[in-house]
Amino acid sequence: MAVCVAVIAKENYPLYIRSTPTENELKFHYMVHTSLDVVDEKISAMGKALVDQRELYLGLLYPTEDYKVYGYVTNSKVKFVMVVDSSNTALRDNEIRSMFRKLHNSYTDVMCNPFYNPGDRIQSRFVCLGRAFDNMVTSMMIPVC
Amino acid sequence: MDASEEPLPPVIYTMENKPIVTCAGDQNLFTSVYPTLSQQLPREPMEWRRSYGRAPKMIHLESNFVQFKEELLPKEGNKALLTFPFLHIYWTECCDTEVYKATVKDDLTKWQNVLKAHSSVDWLIVIVENDAKKKNKTNILPRTSIVDKIRNDFCNKQSDRCVVLSDPLKDSSRTQESWNAFLTKLRTLLLMSFTKNLGKFEDDMRTLREKRTEPGWSFCEYFMVQEELAFVFEMLQQFEDALVQYDELDALFSQYVVNFGAGDGANWLTFFCQPVKSWNGLILRKPIDMEKRESIQRREATLLDLRSYLFSRQCTLLLFLQRPWEVAQRALELLHNCVQELKLLEVSVPPGALDCWVFLSCLEVLQRIEGCCDRAQIDSNIAHTVGLWSYATEKLKSLGYLCGLVSEKGPNSEDLNRTVDLLAGLGAERPETANTAQSPYKKLKEALSSVEAFEKHYLDLSHATIEMYTSIGRIRSAKFVGKDLAEFYMRKKAPQKAEIYLQGALKNYLAEGWALPITHTRKQLAECQKHLGQIENYLQSSSLLASDCHLTEEERKHFCQEILDFASQPSDSPGHKIVLPMHSFAQLRDLHFDPSNAVVHVGGVLSIEITMYSQMPVPVHVEQIVVNVHFSIEKNSYRKTAEWLTKHKTANGIINFPPETAAFPVSQNSLPALELHEMLERSPSDNSLNTTGIICRNVHMLLRRQESSSSLEMPSGLALEEGPHMLRCSLVTLEPGANKITFRTQAKEPGTYTLRQLCASVGSVWFVLPHIYPIVQYDVYSQEPQLHVEPLADSLLAGIPQKVKFTVTTGHYTIKNGDSLQLSNAEAMLILCPVESRAAVYSNTREQSSDAALRIQSSDKVTSISLPAAPAYHVIEFELEVLSLPSAPALGGESDMLGTPEPHRKHKDKQKTGHCMVTTDHKVSIDCPWSIYSTVIALTFSVPFRTTHALLSSGTRKYVQVCVENLSELDFQLSDSYLVDTGDSTDLQLVPLNTQSQQHIHSKQSLFFVWELKWTEEPPPSLHCRFSVGFSPASEEQLSISLKPYTYEFQVENFFTLYNVKAEISPPSGMEYCRTGSLCSLEVLITRLSDLLEVDKDEALTESDEHVTTKLMYEVVDNSSNWAVCGKSCGVISMPVAAQATHRVHMEVMPLFAGYLPLPDVRLFKYLPHHSAHSSQLDADSWIENDSLSVDKHGDEQPDSSSLKSRGSVHSVCSSEHKGLPMPRLQALPAGQVFNSSSGTQVLVIPSQDDHVLEVSVT
Repeated sequence: MAVCVAVIAKENYPLYIRSTPTENELKFHYMVHTSLDVVDEKISAMGKALVDQRELYLGLLYPTEDYKVYGYVTNSKVKFVMVVDSSNTALRDNEIRSMFRKLHNSYTDVMCNPFYNPGDRIQSRFVCLGRAFDNMVTSMMIPVC
Repeated sequence: MDASEEPLPPVIYTMENKPIVTCAGDQNLFTSVYPTLSQQLPREPMEWRRSYGRAPKMIHLESNFVQFKEELLPKEGNKALLTFPFLHIYWTECCDTEVYKATVKDDLTKWQNVLKAHSSVDWLIVIVENDAKKKNKTNILPRTSIVDKIRNDFCNKQSDRCVVLSDPLKDSSRTQESWNAFLTKLRTLLLMSFTKNLGKFEDDMRTLREKRTEPGWSFCEYFMVQEELAFVFEMLQQFEDALVQYDELDALFSQYVVNFGAGDGANWLTFFCQPVKSWNGLILRKPIDMEKRESIQRREATLLDLRSYLFSRQCTLLLFLQRPWEVAQRALELLHNCVQELKLLEVSVPPGALDCWVFLSCLEVLQRIEGCCDRAQIDSNIAHTVGLWSYATEKLKSLGYLCGLVSEKGPNSEDLNRTVDLLAGLGAERPETANTAQSPYKKLKEALSSVEAFEKHYLDLSHATIEMYTSIGRIRSAKFVGKDLAEFYMRKKAPQKAEIYLQGALKNYLAEGWALPITHTRKQLAECQKHLGQIENYLQSSSLLASDCHLTEEERKHFCQEILDFASQPSDSPGHKIVLPMHSFAQLRDLHFDPSNAVVHVGGVLSIEITMYSQMPVPVHVEQIVVNVHFSIEKNSYRKTAEWLTKHKTANGIINFPPETAAFPVSQNSLPALELHEMLERSPSDNSLNTTGIICRNVHMLLRRQESSSSLEMPSGLALEEGPHMLRCSLVTLEPGANKITFRTQAKEPGTYTLRQLCASVGSVWFVLPHIYPIVQYDVYSQEPQLHVEPLADSLLAGIPQKVKFTVTTGHYTIKNGDSLQLSNAEAMLILCPVESRAAVYSNTREQSSDAALRIQSSDKVTSISLPAAPAYHVIEFELEVLSLPSAPALGGESDMLGTPEPHRKHKDKQKTGHCMVTTDHKVSIDCPWSIYSTVIALTFSVPFRTTHALLSSGTRKYVQVCVENLSELDFQLSDSYLVDTGDSTDLQLVPLNTQSQQHIHSKQSLFFVWELKWTEEPPPSLHCRFSVGFSPASEEQLSISLKPYTYEFQVENFFTLYNVKAEISPPSGMEYCRTGSLCSLEVLITRLSDLLEVDKDEALTESDEHVTTKLMYEVVDNSSNWAVCGKSCGVISMPVAAQATHRVHMEVMPLFAGYLPLPDVRLFKYLPHHSAHSSQLDADSWIENDSLSVDKHGDEQPDSSSLKSRGSVHSVCSSEHKGLPMPRLQALPAGQVFNSSSGTQVLVIPSQDDHVLEVSVT
């Protein structure tokens, strides 16, 4: 499904970024980083009106030849960015939304963990902390078919 | 398909397309009304009700009127809609029945038959009436008749299919009316026809679509059908509907491709999978690309052809709809999509072909949009188009790389062949752009033609893209494109141009903390710097890269080696240093002092162990590691004294340094938390609240400029501090990971040393940690030798051995063997020399270093304590026992009050003095080996006991009582109490009444001792006694030395009893008991017990003949107000000084209470004549009584009832009266001389009968 999942702090540094191991990680880092431009643009374009509506899903940030980059922003301005292979046409908007929702829930769990220091990177080596989140991301990256 | 169905180009495919309406009948007539008709028809909109629940639309109708021909009628199965005649009109102006019957009817019938043959029901017969013609032919039938006939003949049930147009060319209201009716009819019928025919067409189309799963179904065929519908909508200016048709086709095709990818292939689709041979891009300048359309129709189109054609149509419609930005957006989607679809369908594409296609298409779309928008519009919608720009740039770049246009040497033959192939695939330029100078085709061709041209075009595009991204605030995207550009420059060997882009990008990534991009970009930058010869920058980047965990081991080693290689190069200028920040090379983790409190005395050795975590992948030989130390002297500061330092700096000596968080964006993370404090401001006058608020205490930290704090790249101008003080460690090999490095230093000057900078030098490369933070300091102190003597307990007790602690702080002095303390002995204080006493030697940090026996030698005057040898800055501690001898004289001050006769008063005094022990100070002067001056030490000892004495009498027998009170916290054992008369009287005997020889006295308790005085002859007037009692601490075992007893000396005077006073109260005569309120008689009997004694010889004595008398004053006082003394309560008597001389006094007293009442006191005083110069020692009451006596001194023995008056009045009169008059004096007799034999007796008083009952009636 997703080839890259990233959680980006309010200050735009990555809290978590993971891509399919088969591909060049660097490429996705650049891609996710560049997509923040559009995230910023969309957030500022949303303005106050949409904040009230609590629409967190930002939709397709931008497509590239090979990938589609989707965005989602929490109320605390933590951004989720998901890169999906363009050839994966089975993924519709609704699926992306639900994936983001799952991601958000997992992230909330991480935040609720008293041992997690908000603003720290989410690392899977801390068993109780990042592992569950990591597993969830892994499940999102495994192809369905 | 039917070949004859070739559409007629002039009629269709221009934007002038209009629905076709055929005209039959009178052509001349039609020609005459045509201008009006074509002008009037679109003037008013008509509501078009749609089938399938689609929203109704207002529509302006236009028509293309053509002459009726049978060929125009569509044959069965024809799907062409554009050429479909929606309405057939027959025009006639026949008004003559004859003519009608002769020609018109036949003509009409023939027309109708043709229509029926083609099952066309959309027709209309128009009869034009002309007044002029009517007038000419008078015999004509009424006009209605022709109309009726026609209706009758042709419109069986559809009378509305025949309309009359009256005088169409005239300008009259009737004409107008007639036109309106006709036009409405015409519009209605046209719409009816549209609804019916389009509905039928759509139904057919849907049927066709449903057959798509059938084997022979062709997408191209269906495409043509649905496009026909789109054309019609377009023709009707319903662009939205037309676009929907294309979007549906688009979606259908996409779905097929997706299904194909999923393995569900349709046969027809394989046709689209043919290899791509032409990649000439989108063509958007023509409304319809006939070439491509035909190829689709012929089922020869490739996927790119189909997509291109579809998009060109969508683009056209979107532009009609004024949505150029959607074109841009859709174009990007389309291009991505096409690339994906080709991949999905596994279409073979020559390398670079798609790049060409995409590049051309991007530029085509952009130019098309630019062509229909003005500059301002474009500028404000960059966000929509920038994606295309960026995409085109990217594609051109990859083409350049593909065709060898970026390499240094230029394209080789293989590259050239490839270029030729690519250009061939473009085909010839299309005529519509042939005259445009900047056409995408020309651009691409030129760009691929030469290295220089490519560079020009690529730079143009890149700069334009960067500029656009920057202008809309997409900085990250701009930096990313910039990085591509930098790569290009690097390939072109122009690192000076690449540097700025790499720096910009790196700064951006650093600011936002993206580790991988940072590493990658930094690597590029390092290469760039290497090419530019920026040695310092390159080494800095290298050190950062060598420590970068995101790089592979080999890469890290490479960069590390780069630094080492440079460092090992012989420097051209020897003194030149390359200063680099330390944090990338190694990190200071912790620092450990030994001694751990980081305090060392002068000359002491301090070692500092630091842990450096080397970030380098290989061991690095460091020539030296230097810590620059700042030295400061703080004089006169208590905080820097040796005592304070050794006591207070008790940290464990380990200082941890926070790990550097270089990978995180410092700007946000390192900001300290807000320190908010409540602030209340009160007015100074009345303390009421003026203002309240919250203040932030660390504003200066928070409101710093972001740039300065976030600049992670250390400024290259790192200052190397040079100072006289530095810690150095040479030739260290730093292994990867943690390394411990120990610095040793010998403390020289006292003061505070602050560690400032840490430098590690590798050849000419210096890694510098400019500030060591948190602040690390160590202190060096010097100390004078000192001696402290202090008691071990809170206070020292006199009389028993007490321990005293001696502390010698050696300071800078070294105690040698043979050094001793010389104590000059105080007289009353002994220094006890125990057999074995040991001294402990500690270092200044309180670690015990040794333990030595102490040799003490005492002589008469001097006690010498030889100290154990101890190095400088050590402490020697030992304990000695001292004994304060009780001082010989008694505690003189206390004997005054001891004579106080009344026991209760004595008790009071005791409490008053409380626990204050009497103290003695002993001064000892000690000569210390380090000083020529003696040290004088004062030791204060407290006497643990307080002793009081009392004289007790029983008639003439006398007793002495001694009370010993233990004031200390210790319990004592008292033994061997003695009372010795120190006077010279020989016949006095002191008989002890104490039974026990040993007694315990607990803390805060008292013990009493009693002796009886016995004498045989005349007793001496005064008695000097010394009380002594042995004591020792009760808890302790046998003491080594015998302790001196505790002594107390006192004196008792006038202890012999001279007078006996006896008082008696008897009830009134005839009564058995005394009653309250009734007068009783008091008889006082004063008896002299001895003959004239020495003590009687004073002024009161009068000698006449052999009769010796003395004057006494008696006084009856009842302090407890039990009695009222009636009459005179006092009087002066003349007492013969002879044994058994008795004086009797009678008085009336009245008991005031019932019960056993103690008798009133009777006091005796000596009455001294007035000429005595001494002032009286009497209390006020006696003085007053005395005054009153002086008025009538001889009426003493009569009870004077008048003196029963209030004493207050007498007092006031007398005190004023007798000022300065010579007055007789009263002197109290010493307690021992008067014995009150009736003291303590009581008289029973019974209450009087009912006298005082008050009757209270309550109403």
